[in-house]
Amino acid sequence: MAATADITLGFMPLFDSAVLIAASEKGFVTDEGLSLQLVRETSWANIRDRIAVGHFQAAHMLAPMPIASNLGLTPLSLDLVAPFALGLGGNAVTVSRDLWDRMVADGAGPDTDPSANGAGLRRVVERRRDAGEPPLRFAVVHPFSGHNYELRYWLAGCGIDPESHVEIVVVPPPLMADALSTGAIDGFCVGEPWNSVAVARHAGRIATTKASIWRLSPEKVLGVSARFASENRPVLDALLRALYRSSMWCGESANHEELAALMSTPAYLDLPRKALMPILTGRLTLGDGAAGDIPEFFVPHAKGATFPWQSHALWFYSQMVRWGHTSHSAALAQRARDTYRPDIYRQALKPIAAPMPGANMKVEGALTVAAPVGASEKGLVLGPDGFFDGRIFDPDRLDDYLASQR
Amino acid sequence: MTRRDLTILVIDENAIRASIIEEGLRDAGHSRVSIVHDVHGVGRVIERLQPDVIVIDLENPNRDLLESMFQLSRSVKRPIAMFVDRSDSSMIEAAIDAGVSAYVVDGLRQERVKSILDMAISRFNAFSRMERELAEARSELADRKVIDRAKGILMKSRGISEEEAYKLLRTTAMNQNRKIAEIAQSLVLAAGLLEDL
Repeated sequence: MAATADITLGFMPLFDSAVLIAASEKGFVTDEGLSLQLVRETSWANIRDRIAVGHFQAAHMLAPMPIASNLGLTPLSLDLVAPFALGLGGNAVTVSRDLWDRMVADGAGPDTDPSANGAGLRRVVERRRDAGEPPLRFAVVHPFSGHNYELRYWLAGCGIDPESHVEIVVVPPPLMADALSTGAIDGFCVGEPWNSVAVARHAGRIATTKASIWRLSPEKVLGVSARFASENRPVLDALLRALYRSSMWCGESANHEELAALMSTPAYLDLPRKALMPILTGRLTLGDGAAGDIPEFFVPHAKGATFPWQSHALWFYSQMVRWGHTSHSAALAQRARDTYRPDIYRQALKPIAAPMPGANMKVEGALTVAAPVGASEKGLVLGPDGFFDGRIFDPDRLDDYLASQR
Repeated sequence: MTRRDLTILVIDENAIRASIIEEGLRDAGHSRVSIVHDVHGVGRVIERLQPDVIVIDLENPNRDLLESMFQLSRSVKRPIAMFVDRSDSSMIEAAIDAGVSAYVVDGLRQERVKSILDMAISRFNAFSRMERELAEARSELADRKVIDRAKGILMKSRGISEEEAYKLLRTTAMNQNRKIAEIAQSLVLAAGLLEDL
């Protein structure tokens, strides 16, 4: 029952667009009878606007973006759905060499441990405050991004108030390394390869990673307008199957050299292939002679990495409430949760017998070891998925979690 | 709201296009127009000017930065929303096709802003047309040069007249269903290779 249709899909030149690009380049979309045109964009705002006018039927999106749009928090609010996740992890926090030296003097290092390095950072922040110096400035890529929320989670978990102790600004990823070397910012949270680029330019030191702050945590999704999803289900289902197969290909370590070569071409990231290997291997050059080997740094397929967990949507919502980006009510929480559409995912992937979790939500941070879950035919293994501070997020006890975060 | 002159900020890294927009706005009677080429420090500019309308090109990667200032910064006091809301989808489509976007302060009457955006759209389109024509003119000039060189090579190697050389190029191009300039380019390239041997 192959659908025949043309799809135009917008993406940002970031490594986690890999599943979309491989779906096109490796023929997974044509196998589904689809013709896919990929359009590279320069801002998330453009992606949102071009979904709005129908130039794009689907797009690469920051995971909290469709939620923020559905909650009416963006300048142009649309009804969006997220029926597929584009992998887990992939980000890191990099600080300027000067800030790193001061953090080390205050106990940070030698690796990327979020607790030790966060404690060092807190002492630097306190010293600056006592000396009457201006707050440190950190950059993220977008207000409604995994980067912003995981950076805030890490800072707050280390006793640094992201609202008053530091300043958080927005800088486009390709400009991060320059902003760091000119001293315009003191640190940033961004996806690879932009941390490795800053390290290669001797601009900074990787202080910690998304995978260490919250292991196997959500990052990007496929965003689709709700209208397109309801009017073109067979086409969307076919696209999801192509993306699923693509994610499987991207996850195979035997394909990593080829994937890095593909992503490095001018049409996509236009960066040296060498800069694109650290995200795939998790072996990072940290920037002060040290090297890191981060388990599950970026996971495109395994561990349920493509499943649109509604507990992920609710965690982002909890952080939006925490930082005053939205007000809280049961109706808004439901709206946030229902932005993620595991029902579409399940139906689309049924014909190819993809392993499915039993539920649409899970308790985040509860698995300390990898665990097979009761799922369809082939097994699905999840976790470990811990937060660095050992806390857990039970989506059924959202109000308790919100209260405990204040 | 009193009918005072609107303060307009144009953010465009392309200085020529920005001045074309500025001129258009001034022609339309807007005297309070400011231009920023570099988005660095634009937060302070916005704070100082308190613009009613901000026009920005879509190729600008700093659009996300600009929107974040509306959302998160305390320096921009008045909430700014995109004027082209869902009630006017043809306007937003025309704007995106032209490569421009606009933001306005909440509460501003739409018809006052519509003419500004209409103007920006038409000027952006005119600029793209101009760029295209310039690129075409440049490539025409380059084509003519390479055809002249190819003719020279043929005249020398085959001992034929200029007219015959041109005819030969044209016939070859027609037979191969390619442009004369392409045939000329191949010929010049081949001649260069043979010289090196």
